[in-house]
Amino acid sequence: MLYEEFVGCRSEGVGNLVEKGAVRKFAEAIGDPSPLYTDERAARESRHGGLIAPPTFPRTFDYGAVPGLELPPAGLIHGSHRIDYERPLFVGEGVLCRVELEKSYDKEGRRGLLGFLLFERTGETLSGERIFTTKDTVVVTEAVRKVIEG
Amino acid sequence: MNGSANGRPSWSVGDDLEETVLPPVTRLGLIKYAGASGDYNPIHTIDAAAEEAGLPGVIAHGMLTMATMGLVLSPYLAHGYVKGFESRFSGMVFVGDELRVGGRVAGLEEREEGQLYTFEVYARKGEETVASGAVDFLLYGD
Repeated sequence: MLYEEFVGCRSEGVGNLVEKGAVRKFAEAIGDPSPLYTDERAARESRHGGLIAPPTFPRTFDYGAVPGLELPPAGLIHGSHRIDYERPLFVGEGVLCRVELEKSYDKEGRRGLLGFLLFERTGETLSGERIFTTKDTVVVTEAVRKVIEG
Repeated sequence: MNGSANGRPSWSVGDDLEETVLPPVTRLGLIKYAGASGDYNPIHTIDAAAEEAGLPGVIAHGMLTMATMGLVLSPYLAHGYVKGFESRFSGMVFVGDELRVGGRVAGLEEREEGQLYTFEVYARKGEETVASGAVDFLLYGD
Protein backbone atom coordinates (compact mmCIF):
# COMPACT_ATOMS: atom_id res chain seq x y z
CA MET A 1 0.00 0.00 0.00
CA LEU A 2 1.10 3.50 -0.80
CA TYR A 3 2.36 5.70 2.03
CA GLU A 4 1.44 3.03 4.56
CA GLU A 5 3.84 4.45 7.15
CA PHE A 6 1.93 7.77 7.11
CA VAL A 7 -1.53 6.35 7.77
CA GLY A 8 -2.88 7.92 10.96
CA CYS A 9 -0.38 10.80 10.80
CA ARG A 10 -1.63 14.34 10.70
CA SER A 11 -0.39 17.86 10.18
CA GLU A 12 0.15 20.41 12.89
CA GLY A 13 -2.78 22.82 13.06
CA VAL A 14 -2.69 25.86 10.78
CA GLY A 15 -4.70 28.98 11.58
CA ASN A 16 -6.92 30.33 8.79
CA LEU A 17 -9.21 33.32 8.58
CA VAL A 18 -12.52 33.31 6.69
CA GLU A 19 -11.84 36.55 4.83
CA LYS A 20 -14.69 38.59 3.47
CA GLY A 21 -12.93 39.39 0.18
CA ALA A 22 -11.88 35.77 -0.33
CA VAL A 23 -15.47 34.60 0.19
CA ARG A 24 -16.76 37.20 -2.29
CA LYS A 25 -14.23 36.12 -4.93
CA PHE A 26 -14.96 32.46 -4.34
CA ALA A 27 -18.75 32.96 -4.60
CA GLU A 28 -18.20 34.84 -7.84
CA ALA A 29 -15.92 32.12 -9.24
CA ILE A 30 -18.51 29.38 -8.59
CA GLY A 31 -21.33 31.58 -9.95
CA ASP A 32 -23.31 31.59 -6.70
CA PRO A 33 -25.38 34.79 -6.42
CA SER A 34 -26.60 34.20 -2.83
CA PRO A 35 -26.63 37.48 -0.86
CA LEU A 36 -25.82 35.50 2.30
CA TYR A 37 -22.15 35.44 1.23
CA THR A 38 -21.72 39.11 0.35
CA ASP A 39 -24.57 41.35 1.48
CA GLU A 40 -24.04 42.22 5.15
CA ARG A 41 -27.54 43.55 5.63
CA ALA A 42 -29.34 40.59 4.06
CA ALA A 43 -27.14 38.25 6.08
CA ARG A 44 -27.74 40.10 9.34
CA GLU A 45 -31.50 39.95 8.82
CA SER A 46 -31.41 36.22 8.00
CA ARG A 47 -31.46 33.33 10.46
CA HIS A 48 -27.65 33.28 10.37
CA GLY A 49 -27.27 36.80 11.72
CA GLY A 50 -24.14 37.40 9.63
CA LEU A 51 -22.30 36.51 6.43
CA ILE A 52 -21.65 32.82 5.82
CA ALA A 53 -19.20 31.02 3.49
CA PRO A 54 -20.18 28.74 0.56
CA PRO A 55 -20.28 25.02 1.48
CA THR A 56 -17.15 24.09 -0.48
CA PHE A 57 -15.15 27.15 0.69
CA PRO A 58 -13.07 25.17 3.24
CA ARG A 59 -11.21 23.73 0.23
CA THR A 60 -9.34 27.06 0.10
CA PHE A 61 -7.82 26.73 3.59
CA ASP A 62 -4.26 25.79 4.42
CA TYR A 63 -4.32 22.51 6.36
CA GLY A 64 -0.58 22.08 6.67
CA ALA A 65 1.07 18.86 5.53
CA VAL A 66 1.52 15.43 7.06
CA PRO A 67 5.21 15.55 8.05
CA GLY A 68 7.34 13.69 5.49
CA LEU A 69 4.48 12.81 3.16
CA GLU A 70 5.30 14.02 -0.35
CA LEU A 71 2.70 13.44 -3.02
CA PRO A 72 3.69 13.51 -6.70
CA PRO A 73 3.11 16.96 -8.25
CA ALA A 74 1.04 15.63 -11.16
CA GLY A 75 -1.27 12.82 -12.17
CA LEU A 76 -3.40 12.36 -9.04
CA ILE A 77 -7.14 12.03 -9.60
CA HIS A 78 -9.70 13.52 -7.24
CA GLY A 79 -12.28 10.74 -6.83
CA SER A 80 -14.70 12.17 -4.32
CA HIS A 81 -15.24 14.84 -1.70
CA ARG A 82 -17.51 15.04 1.31
CA ILE A 83 -17.96 17.79 3.85
CA ASP A 84 -20.03 17.74 7.03
CA TYR A 85 -20.77 20.83 9.09
CA GLU A 86 -21.68 21.11 12.76
CA ARG A 87 -22.95 24.61 11.99
CA PRO A 88 -22.49 27.22 9.21
CA LEU A 89 -19.04 28.71 8.68
CA PHE A 90 -19.06 32.47 9.31
CA VAL A 91 -17.15 35.21 7.57
CA GLY A 92 -14.60 36.78 9.89
CA GLU A 93 -13.96 33.75 12.06
CA GLY A 94 -10.66 32.01 12.66
CA VAL A 95 -10.39 28.30 11.89
CA LEU A 96 -7.71 25.88 13.00
CA CYS A 97 -7.21 23.34 10.20
CA ARG A 98 -5.54 19.93 10.09
CA VAL A 99 -5.14 17.12 7.56
CA GLU A 100 -4.64 13.43 8.24
CA LEU A 101 -3.99 10.48 5.92
CA GLU A 102 -6.79 8.31 7.20
CA LYS A 103 -6.46 5.25 5.01
CA SER A 104 -4.58 3.78 2.07
CA TYR A 105 -5.65 0.75 0.06
CA ASP A 106 -5.13 -0.85 -3.34
CA LYS A 107 -7.71 -2.20 -5.74
CA GLU A 108 -7.32 -4.03 -9.02
CA GLY A 109 -9.26 -2.08 -11.65
CA ARG A 110 -9.88 -2.48 -15.36
CA ARG A 111 -6.93 -0.21 -16.05
CA GLY A 112 -4.53 -1.89 -13.66
CA LEU A 113 -3.70 -1.56 -9.99
CA LEU A 114 -5.20 1.56 -8.45
CA GLY A 115 -4.20 3.12 -5.16
CA PHE A 116 -6.73 4.96 -3.01
CA LEU A 117 -5.73 7.56 -0.43
CA LEU A 118 -8.34 8.84 2.01
CA PHE A 119 -7.62 12.21 3.57
CA GLU A 120 -9.56 13.68 6.46
CA ARG A 121 -9.45 17.44 7.01
CA THR A 122 -10.92 19.21 9.99
CA GLY A 123 -11.69 22.79 10.93
CA GLU A 124 -12.09 23.86 14.54
CA THR A 125 -12.62 27.10 16.37
CA LEU A 126 -9.59 28.45 18.15
CA SER A 127 -11.05 27.00 21.36
CA GLY A 128 -11.17 23.52 19.84
CA GLU A 129 -14.82 23.20 18.87
CA ARG A 130 -15.37 21.28 15.59
CA ILE A 131 -16.93 23.27 12.73
CA PHE A 132 -16.50 20.90 9.79
CA THR A 133 -14.95 17.62 8.65
CA THR A 134 -14.05 16.76 5.06
CA LYS A 135 -13.16 13.45 3.42
CA ASP A 136 -11.37 13.22 0.10
CA THR A 137 -10.55 10.20 -2.01
CA VAL A 138 -7.47 10.55 -4.19
CA VAL A 139 -6.87 7.92 -6.84
CA VAL A 140 -3.33 6.92 -7.84
CA THR A 141 -3.07 5.24 -11.26
CA GLU A 142 -0.51 2.55 -12.02
CA ALA A 143 1.58 5.02 -14.04
CA VAL A 144 1.75 7.46 -11.11
CA ARG A 145 2.50 4.62 -8.69
CA LYS A 146 5.64 3.87 -10.73
CA VAL A 147 6.75 7.47 -10.27
CA ILE A 148 6.15 7.25 -6.49
CA GLU A 149 7.89 3.91 -6.08
CA GLY A 150 10.70 5.05 -8.36
CA MET B 1 -42.40 22.61 -3.86
CA ASN B 2 -44.61 24.87 -1.75
CA GLY B 3 -43.29 27.99 -0.13
CA SER B 4 -44.59 30.33 2.55
CA ALA B 5 -44.84 34.10 2.17
CA ASN B 6 -41.34 34.77 3.54
CA GLY B 7 -39.82 32.40 0.98
CA ARG B 8 -39.28 29.52 3.37
CA PRO B 9 -39.46 26.44 1.16
CA SER B 10 -41.28 23.23 1.89
CA TRP B 11 -40.49 20.06 -0.05
CA SER B 12 -41.90 16.55 -0.24
CA VAL B 13 -39.82 13.44 -0.72
CA GLY B 14 -39.73 12.66 -4.44
CA ASP B 15 -40.00 16.32 -5.57
CA ASP B 16 -37.62 17.36 -8.33
CA LEU B 17 -35.60 20.53 -8.03
CA GLU B 18 -35.76 22.61 -11.16
CA GLU B 19 -32.88 21.81 -13.49
CA THR B 20 -30.57 24.73 -14.23
CA VAL B 21 -28.56 25.09 -17.42
CA LEU B 22 -25.26 26.77 -16.65
CA PRO B 23 -23.32 29.02 -19.01
CA PRO B 24 -20.64 27.10 -20.98
CA VAL B 25 -17.35 26.51 -19.13
CA THR B 26 -14.74 29.09 -20.17
CA ARG B 27 -11.01 29.20 -19.68
CA LEU B 28 -11.38 32.52 -17.87
CA GLY B 29 -13.87 30.85 -15.53
CA LEU B 30 -11.30 28.15 -14.73
CA ILE B 31 -8.59 30.76 -14.18
CA LYS B 32 -10.91 32.63 -11.80
CA TYR B 33 -11.66 29.45 -9.86
CA ALA B 34 -7.96 28.60 -9.70
CA GLY B 35 -7.27 32.00 -8.17
CA ALA B 36 -10.24 31.94 -5.79
CA SER B 37 -9.56 28.39 -4.58
CA GLY B 38 -5.77 28.39 -4.64
CA ASP B 39 -5.76 25.23 -6.79
CA TYR B 40 -3.18 26.09 -9.44
CA ASN B 41 -2.73 22.59 -10.86
CA PRO B 42 -1.92 23.60 -14.48
CA ILE B 43 -4.06 20.85 -16.07
CA HIS B 44 -6.98 23.18 -15.32
CA THR B 45 -5.57 26.25 -17.03
CA ILE B 46 -2.66 25.52 -19.39
CA ASP B 47 -3.13 23.44 -22.56
CA ALA B 48 0.45 22.16 -22.68
CA ALA B 49 0.18 20.78 -19.13
CA ALA B 50 -3.15 19.13 -19.92
CA GLU B 51 -1.71 17.55 -23.09
CA GLU B 52 1.30 16.29 -21.17
CA ALA B 53 -1.15 14.56 -18.83
CA GLY B 54 -2.76 12.85 -21.82
CA LEU B 55 -5.85 15.07 -21.91
CA PRO B 56 -7.27 16.66 -25.08
CA GLY B 57 -7.45 20.03 -23.31
CA VAL B 58 -7.73 21.70 -19.93
CA ILE B 59 -10.34 20.20 -17.59
CA ALA B 60 -12.48 21.89 -14.96
CA HIS B 61 -11.61 21.41 -11.29
CA GLY B 62 -13.81 18.69 -9.79
CA MET B 63 -14.43 20.97 -6.83
CA LEU B 64 -15.77 23.64 -9.19
CA THR B 65 -18.25 21.18 -10.69
CA MET B 66 -19.22 20.16 -7.15
CA ALA B 67 -19.75 23.79 -6.15
CA THR B 68 -22.01 24.34 -9.17
CA MET B 69 -24.11 21.32 -8.11
CA GLY B 70 -24.58 23.11 -4.80
CA LEU B 71 -26.20 26.04 -6.61
CA VAL B 72 -29.53 24.18 -6.56
CA LEU B 73 -29.84 24.96 -2.83
CA SER B 74 -28.45 28.49 -3.03
CA PRO B 75 -31.89 30.23 -3.23
CA TYR B 76 -32.84 28.84 0.20
CA LEU B 77 -29.80 29.84 2.26
CA ALA B 78 -31.67 32.54 4.15
CA HIS B 79 -33.67 29.75 5.82
CA GLY B 80 -31.07 27.12 6.48
CA TYR B 81 -27.64 25.84 5.56
CA VAL B 82 -25.83 22.99 3.87
CA LYS B 83 -25.02 20.52 6.63
CA GLY B 84 -23.49 17.83 4.45
CA PHE B 85 -22.36 17.72 0.84
CA GLU B 86 -20.86 14.81 -1.04
CA SER B 87 -19.73 14.46 -4.64
CA ARG B 88 -18.27 11.66 -6.72
CA PHE B 89 -16.44 12.79 -9.81
CA SER B 90 -17.27 10.50 -12.71
CA GLY B 91 -16.51 12.44 -15.87
CA MET B 92 -14.29 15.19 -17.21
CA VAL B 93 -15.51 18.70 -17.96
CA PHE B 94 -13.84 20.66 -20.76
CA VAL B 95 -13.91 24.26 -21.91
CA GLY B 96 -17.11 24.82 -23.89
CA ASP B 97 -19.12 22.17 -22.04
CA GLU B 98 -22.58 23.21 -20.98
CA LEU B 99 -23.55 21.62 -17.67
CA ARG B 100 -27.02 21.04 -16.29
CA VAL B 101 -27.43 20.73 -12.54
CA GLY B 102 -30.44 19.47 -10.67
CA GLY B 103 -31.66 17.09 -8.05
CA ARG B 104 -34.54 15.56 -6.19
CA VAL B 105 -35.66 15.31 -2.58
CA ALA B 106 -34.57 11.91 -1.34
CA GLY B 107 -35.21 12.11 2.38
CA LEU B 108 -36.57 14.13 5.28
CA GLU B 109 -35.73 13.83 8.96
CA GLU B 110 -36.97 15.90 11.87
CA ARG B 111 -34.17 17.44 13.90
CA GLU B 112 -34.12 19.63 16.95
CA GLU B 113 -33.09 22.67 14.86
CA GLY B 114 -35.61 22.05 12.07
CA GLN B 115 -35.96 19.67 9.12
CA LEU B 116 -33.01 17.93 7.59
CA TYR B 117 -33.68 17.32 3.90
CA THR B 118 -31.47 15.09 1.79
CA PHE B 119 -31.22 15.86 -1.93
CA GLU B 120 -29.69 13.66 -4.58
CA VAL B 121 -27.89 16.01 -6.94
CA TYR B 122 -26.16 15.70 -10.30
CA ALA B 123 -24.19 17.62 -12.92
CA ARG B 124 -24.62 16.40 -16.51
CA LYS B 125 -23.46 17.28 -19.98
CA GLY B 126 -25.59 15.71 -22.68
CA GLU B 127 -26.31 12.20 -21.46
CA GLU B 128 -23.13 11.94 -19.39
CA THR B 129 -23.18 12.43 -15.61
CA VAL B 130 -19.92 14.17 -14.72
CA ALA B 131 -20.62 14.41 -10.98
CA SER B 132 -23.28 13.16 -8.63
CA GLY B 133 -23.83 13.20 -4.93
CA ALA B 134 -26.00 14.34 -2.09
CA VAL B 135 -26.70 17.54 -0.18
CA ASP B 136 -28.06 17.52 3.37
CA PHE B 137 -29.85 20.80 3.91
CA LEU B 138 -30.97 21.87 7.37
CA LEU B 139 -34.07 24.03 7.08
CA TYR B 140 -34.52 25.92 10.35
CA GLY B 141 -37.88 25.60 12.05
CA ASP B 142 -40.18 28.65 12.08
